[in-house]
Amino acid sequence: MKRIDGGLIDRDHPVDFRFDGHAYQGFAGDTLASALLANGQRVLGRSFKYHRPRGVLSAGSEEPNALVTLGLGAGSEPNARATMVEIRQGLEAFGQNGFPNVGFDLMEVNDLFAPFFSAGFYYKTFMGPKLPGWRVWERVFEPVIRRAAGLGRLDRTKTPIATEKAYAFCDLLVIGGGPTGLMAALTAAEAGADVILADEDHLPGGRLNGDRQEVGGQSGADWAAGIVAQLASMPNVRVMTRTTVTGVYDQGTYGALERVVPGRGRPEETFWRITARRAVLAAGGIERPVALANNDRPGVMLSGAVRTYVNRYAVAPGRSAVVFGASDEAHRTAADLLRAGVHVAALVDARPGATCDLTVRFHAGGLVEGVQGREVESVAIRRADGVLEKVQADLLAFSGGWNPSVHLTCHLNGRPVWRDDIAAFVPSEGAVPGLIPAGACNGEATTFACLSAGRDAAVQALANLGRQATPPDLPQAEDTAGEGRPLWVMPGKGRKWLDFQNDVTVKDVELAARENFRSVEHMKRYTTQGMAPDQGKTGNVAALAALADATGRSIPGTGTTTYRPPFVPVSIAALGAGGQGKGFAAERFTAAHPVALSMGAPMIEAGLWYRPSYFPKSGEQTWRESCDREVGYVRNAVGICDVSTLGKIDVQGPDAAAFLDFVYTNNMSTLKPGNTRYGLMLREDGHVMDDGTCACLGEGHYVVSTTTAAAGEVMRHMEFAAQVLRPDLDVRLASVTEHWAQTAIAGPQSRELLNEVLDTPLADGDWPFMACGEVSVGGIAARLFRISFSGEHAYEIAVPARYGESLFRCLVTKAEARGGGVYGMEALNVLRIEKGLLTHAELDGRTTAYDLGLAGMMSKKKDFIGRAAAGREGLTDPTRPRLVGIKPVGAVQQLTSGAFLFEPEAEATRVNAQGTVSSVAFSPTLGHFVGLALLTEGPERYGEKVRMVDHLRGVSTLCEVVHPAFLDPDGGRARG
Amino acid sequence: MRLTCPHCGERDLREFTFGGATLTRPEGDWGPDWDAYIHLRENPAGLSREYWTHDMGCAAWLLVERDTVTHDIRAVRPVGEGAP
Repeated sequence: MKRIDGGLIDRDHPVDFRFDGHAYQGFAGDTLASALLANGQRVLGRSFKYHRPRGVLSAGSEEPNALVTLGLGAGSEPNARATMVEIRQGLEAFGQNGFPNVGFDLMEVNDLFAPFFSAGFYYKTFMGPKLPGWRVWERVFEPVIRRAAGLGRLDRTKTPIATEKAYAFCDLLVIGGGPTGLMAALTAAEAGADVILADEDHLPGGRLNGDRQEVGGQSGADWAAGIVAQLASMPNVRVMTRTTVTGVYDQGTYGALERVVPGRGRPEETFWRITARRAVLAAGGIERPVALANNDRPGVMLSGAVRTYVNRYAVAPGRSAVVFGASDEAHRTAADLLRAGVHVAALVDARPGATCDLTVRFHAGGLVEGVQGREVESVAIRRADGVLEKVQADLLAFSGGWNPSVHLTCHLNGRPVWRDDIAAFVPSEGAVPGLIPAGACNGEATTFACLSAGRDAAVQALANLGRQATPPDLPQAEDTAGEGRPLWVMPGKGRKWLDFQNDVTVKDVELAARENFRSVEHMKRYTTQGMAPDQGKTGNVAALAALADATGRSIPGTGTTTYRPPFVPVSIAALGAGGQGKGFAAERFTAAHPVALSMGAPMIEAGLWYRPSYFPKSGEQTWRESCDREVGYVRNAVGICDVSTLGKIDVQGPDAAAFLDFVYTNNMSTLKPGNTRYGLMLREDGHVMDDGTCACLGEGHYVVSTTTAAAGEVMRHMEFAAQVLRPDLDVRLASVTEHWAQTAIAGPQSRELLNEVLDTPLADGDWPFMACGEVSVGGIAARLFRISFSGEHAYEIAVPARYGESLFRCLVTKAEARGGGVYGMEALNVLRIEKGLLTHAELDGRTTAYDLGLAGMMSKKKDFIGRAAAGREGLTDPTRPRLVGIKPVGAVQQLTSGAFLFEPEAEATRVNAQGTVSSVAFSPTLGHFVGLALLTEGPERYGEKVRMVDHLRGVSTLCEVVHPAFLDPDGGRARG
Repeated sequence: MRLTCPHCGERDLREFTFGGATLTRPEGDWGPDWDAYIHLRENPAGLSREYWTHDMGCAAWLLVERDTVTHDIRAVRPVGEGAP
């Protein structure tokens, strides 16, 4: 064990877990990385391309190397960062991209072929001319090479992990719980503002937990814990730990991913949308690795991470260390290691005049050029006097400087600006409206400066909201930072990694520059720098420096790539929470829905509605048998059908008639109370939008029906017409689709059946075709419409929805007694095709009234929506495909919808196509298939032959062109 | 994105439906002005005047002034109040 004393772990709670099949023990408060380091396990993964062994580089969400898979099979999670995974009892984790395992990986041979896997390898290898033998290459070698590359593998079975979406609102969102964020949250909270503090660690405090420093006379960690406890006790504060703010969106909307330790019966991940009136970004910084030879070896670690492992997790990450940097922080790292009992073999400070008050071998003005060993065994130091010295060590703690975490300030297209004095990019002014960057992410260097900046940012944010905050006193804290300088690429031979996760080295960037990929965006895509899941958190700025160097430009002159959301990987399961299976998808059921279910009807979706397809009877083998029987009810006796899903819009007002004249092509103002008229609506571009009936219930009172599918669209369209186009008309609209349960009663016996249920039977001669009005059913006021969608004598009766189920049952029972019964959508469709009536198969958004044989419904006496555009010559061209009926006349008797129509002897190719089939049905009434089609010059071709060819289903049928009303073309049955 | 409906207050985008640019409907038979009304659209980088409807709320049609670059919503008015 490499445990040392102290730390913020709970030694009273040991935790057993497994890694790659071996059992280990850690303590509550450990991450998987700290617990494995404490157990001496330094190799945690294999690299993307070269399969080099990789250890732990960092102690936070920027970790590029220590990626593991949690769990096995369904619900396993690949590419989890070991530095972010809290260990829990029974946790099972696996190393990635190694075969048979990460300790001994056969694919490590890739590392020997590294010269072949240079920048642009994929572009050069997998694209380009197809030389002889490319087929073998494509089928054999390419898949092998592609398999060898990669990180964790996704389990493709349905995840059992519960995820959730949630929404929150606040005055101030504080992003990050280090000294800056805690002070900002405290300031705003004490002023009474609603505050959300989001921190991605399970223990807020940021660097205060990883460093030994005093704040307000106590340890930084204790001070942070005290402030967090104080905040958590306030009713106006929500402290969200384990929550990473992942993206910034319009108008103060923030995305955040909350991870929950599993096993508490709660979702494991919650994706939050937080709407904040103001925000303080206190995201801190990310330390930069130095590009030196073999800097990716296990045992090479960021200097700040080393302090975190020693101070917070009480782990000695090595036995003998070399510390390398160019700031006072390197000295702090060395001091912490010494205090923890780790031998410090050398402290290398690149600043030439630096002094050291520690008792270690000190090299002022020296550089580290590389490390040797599969895991670190020795470190090569170039001393100020030019001598190269090899020092035995198993740990290199290094720091190239800090990059402020500006990522979120770039999500709305802000570009960070370069500050020469600190050699870093900082957020640009006003990059995100309402968000104030503060503290280390804004370039502050000391704890006191961060505390102060956090307080000031909160005061400013509240002032913007018109609130006065009394700034709390600042605690005493460290307030000096020595001069530092950045370290980019070290001299010397060997591969120097920039992007550890995607295996990009300094050589790759130089090669990209040589091959003229000099723009930073081109270099990124050519080398894949920064394109791994970590998005180049540790490597991007160093890569810019390398590119600047290779192209002779400055770093700000080179520019940055674009940071986009999410800041950390977010699982699709979290983003799509509630979307598996039915999820939260809305369903609409009619009043008669339970009746259909009880009769065993298969339900089909119609928009959000569910409608019965057919009602099977025992002994029936196929849907066609049921459908044919149901058609027979309507043609020979009486059929009952639930038509409640059709849209119903109530139109009222003194100008209602004028308004309907404007939205319908035909005249509605001449419609008298007690009458119904079929109507056609166009879009403004002259094509048919929808059809339906318009019933006049009284002076200035109409109820309009729409098709089921277009109900919402028609309502919006009519509101637009009323509010925007004709505000001069006094008319009001209301959707009443769900208020009325409507049932069709169709067939020769419909009137007799209706009279059985009406309180006052209809008198002979009353209620002619298209009449409408109020009736009474069982004492309930109902609306009756004599309309027909089957061509038979038919009615639709509407009752308030709460009576719908009861009336429907009653009507079905009475119909059955008359040799009829209930019918579903299949029969309804057959009935309307036999009669040549239209649905959205014909009103497909491309057809005009002229195409559908309804040109006579276009009034010439008034303006209406679509009138001007419908008059364009292209929309009245006789060669347009126009509505006809077709029936089979040859040996093949089948019709299929979607098939194309050709001249009988023409070749069935695209250029010869003359139309398409929109609807087909087998007509039990006529004993053969009938179809509706849109055929060029159709109505002029009755009696001609055409060939229907369905290339997909392989059907070819000779047909005769006929009038679309196969049955009762003059409509005597409906009127009778 | 959120819009402040003059009747209902500040609401999420998902309650609204976009209704296109605020143009004036021409009169009379087909002509170039009709062609422009139906087919020709500006694609402004900056201020855009648009129709939206709060169809999942009060069903009002609204005039919205939106900046397509900054996504700033400058004004939301009922269509009855003033020309586009």
